[in-house]
Amino acid sequence: MTENLLEVEGVNKSFPGVRALHEMRLDLRSGEVLALVGENGAGKSTLMKLLSGIHTADSGRFTLGGEPYQPSGPRHALTLGISIIHQEFNLVPHLTVAQNIFIGREPRRARVLLDERRLNADAAALLDRLSLRLDPRTVAGQLTVANQQMVEIAKALSYEPRVLIMDEPTAALNDAEVGTLHELIRRFVRPGTGVIYISHRMEEIKRIADRVTVIRDGEYIDTLDAGTASTSDIIALMVGRAIDTGARPEGVRADRDVVLGVEGLSTKALLTDVSFELRRGEILGFAGLMGAGRTEVARALVGADKIDKGTVTLHGKRVHIGNPADAARLGIGYLSEDRKRYGLLLEQDVKANIALSALRDRFTQAGFVRDGALRTDAAERAGSLHIKTPSVDQTTKLLSGGNQQKVVIAKWIAKACDILIFDEPTRGIDVGAKEEIYQLLNELAAQGKSIIMISSELPEILRMAHRVVVMSEGRVTHVLGAAEASQENIMHYATLRPDENPDDAAELGLGEQKAGHT
Amino acid sequence: MTTVKTPAGEQAGGLTGAVKSRLQQLLAFASLVVIYAFFSIVSPFFFSYGNFIAILFSTVVIGTLAIGTTFVIISAGIDLSIGTGMALCAVMSGVFIVNLHLPLALGVPLTILFGGFMGLVNGVNVAVLRIPPFIATLAMMLAAGGLALVLSHSTPIYFTDIAGYTDLSSGFLIPNLPNAVLILLVIAIIAGVLLTKSVLGRYTYSIGSNEEVTALSGIDVRRWKLGIYAFAGLFTGLAGVMISARLGSAQPATGMGYELQAIAAVVIGGTSLSGGKGSIIGTLIGALIISVLNNGLQIMSIPQEWQNVILGAVILVAVYTDRIRKKEA
Repeated sequence: MTENLLEVEGVNKSFPGVRALHEMRLDLRSGEVLALVGENGAGKSTLMKLLSGIHTADSGRFTLGGEPYQPSGPRHALTLGISIIHQEFNLVPHLTVAQNIFIGREPRRARVLLDERRLNADAAALLDRLSLRLDPRTVAGQLTVANQQMVEIAKALSYEPRVLIMDEPTAALNDAEVGTLHELIRRFVRPGTGVIYISHRMEEIKRIADRVTVIRDGEYIDTLDAGTASTSDIIALMVGRAIDTGARPEGVRADRDVVLGVEGLSTKALLTDVSFELRRGEILGFAGLMGAGRTEVARALVGADKIDKGTVTLHGKRVHIGNPADAARLGIGYLSEDRKRYGLLLEQDVKANIALSALRDRFTQAGFVRDGALRTDAAERAGSLHIKTPSVDQTTKLLSGGNQQKVVIAKWIAKACDILIFDEPTRGIDVGAKEEIYQLLNELAAQGKSIIMISSELPEILRMAHRVVVMSEGRVTHVLGAAEASQENIMHYATLRPDENPDDAAELGLGEQKAGHT
Repeated sequence: MTTVKTPAGEQAGGLTGAVKSRLQQLLAFASLVVIYAFFSIVSPFFFSYGNFIAILFSTVVIGTLAIGTTFVIISAGIDLSIGTGMALCAVMSGVFIVNLHLPLALGVPLTILFGGFMGLVNGVNVAVLRIPPFIATLAMMLAAGGLALVLSHSTPIYFTDIAGYTDLSSGFLIPNLPNAVLILLVIAIIAGVLLTKSVLGRYTYSIGSNEEVTALSGIDVRRWKLGIYAFAGLFTGLAGVMISARLGSAQPATGMGYELQAIAAVVIGGTSLSGGKGSIIGTLIGALIISVLNNGLQIMSIPQEWQNVILGAVILVAVYTDRIRKKEA
């Protein structure tokens, strides 16, 4: 047996009313990348919080490099050699890259003055060592999500940890960025160090990890060899049952009526001449890299961002959508990728969230809320969407990601929206619940709702979309039918760069137009 | 106070969810009872019906302001203009009723509406021009205080010749219950019902919980925020009437500081300054705690300066226990 860098054995941890971890174990070998997988609520984040010293275990043993490991807090964990990159970024948006990396241990002159020059030099050296092309003087808030992630990693590595733990590091990254991240990880891992990599994305795990440890319901299940284990094996262990991953879009037909027409949509910031049609009962996929403009199309459509040029027709009639209230009135609902910030009133109960949009249409009389009707309706919807909650009086933040997503869906169905725009519908949702959301989308489409599904996960697009709109640099570069769509051709159109590359512009027939503009 | 808090906490642990969510109000109420009991024991003059009514009577102005501003605070806003705004409304009442000789039945509603108008201006600044509430209402606080002096030429306006004006405060529609107290109870009930049962109330909570989510859910947040500030302004107008009726005069130079007392009452009553949570009953209890403290400490001949020190400590204790409770939940 190879030497273990980090060992966790027989660890128990309970919170009031919940047993989070039971006899948990895990070992990280020296020089390996260990993937840690499990559904939401399996105990991954509790385990991370124990390792980073945020919580203390009720019982159990931790060993790091042969020595007992007992961190008294996050700071102590860092000095002992464990760095953790949390899912939510901990960067201060107003500070520069260098200031963020060395926050709390800035080099000083004469003890009191900050040595800004050395700070930037140190940061530049570090970024250079990691082959990251970032300017230490850039303000963190201006960086793309991917680059912010890189800064987080640089910060974590600047402590020269022995163990690096990454919680869903790629949730916001596209494939190219994931590649860069994986290269970084490979460079970091050598004898004496190791990485624990938490992710939901199976393809990625198979690419980067040596072994996969599966946990479920707070207990250790098994550890598999990443090279030989199949995705469905891993998923089966995670959810405790087998899941069909070979599913394809349902109900693909060409003869559907056009519900929504978008023609020449442009915004000041990004979108250029975006045109597409959405048909009744169709799931229209939007594929593209981060920053291609997919979310911007959605935001422009619901009036959250201002439209510069272009027309929107709904059921054959031209409409003006000035704000989300207009969109909701016209039956267009937007389900943001960031449910916690833009989708849910987390502190309010489930029924308040379900009834939020339709409150005035359905649950009021003379300015007063009919609470009885509201509760009955919310309970019915929670039941029909299989929202797992003790009651509709439950505070929404206590629900799992999948059930929170269903609450948002219930809100828009209650509003009787017939166009639903899903932005990354399964982000942060575990594998078992993903499948449920997919089935729900198919059911909604079968009932005649028209769905726009923005997704960065190509398997999800190929699994769900009747047609695929591919975007790059704020333009629609191609629309593919379900039958012809493949990872390869979607990526081809998603990576066209007409603004920089004349060949790409020519392929899109943009050459002359561009000349005409200037 | 610590000795009493422990049993309250244990008791709540075994109670149902609906009651648990009211824990902060229960705690505030328990504190009120404890403080009341404490003064009753240490002072022979404290515990009497007369003093009880006196306490309620002295709660009216702060209570009225606090009830209005509860809506603003639950919507994650703040209104600093209610103190001097009240003084301006008192002056406006004088202008309407004394200077312009309008009958009470017209002058009083006009004053209340004027308060609503000030609130509307705050609402426009906050919701349409997107000025942060703290700044927008700070500006209004200064402007209203100045206008009160300008309109009154810096001299009090006396209602001495106006029949029935002071009766609005100290008359008795119901025997042994001054009208001011009656009015406070009535508006508390109305505000409580509106906050929990009306669309305005529901959206007040939604906007305070997460304004962006509420807007993306198709609710015209701008219009509702206008409504919330304007509605809260009506209470400032009423407070202007009540304070001038109590004093028999409109004092243009007063008002500053009332807004902080009102906000303190709201906070002691368990309403979160970050929005989304709070209740009228809590605010009422908070206002009563302040009155009981002031009254009791006065009876014990503790100087005014110390009363403020103790009030400050009470605010910290109230907010701190709320934090602890949330951490445990």
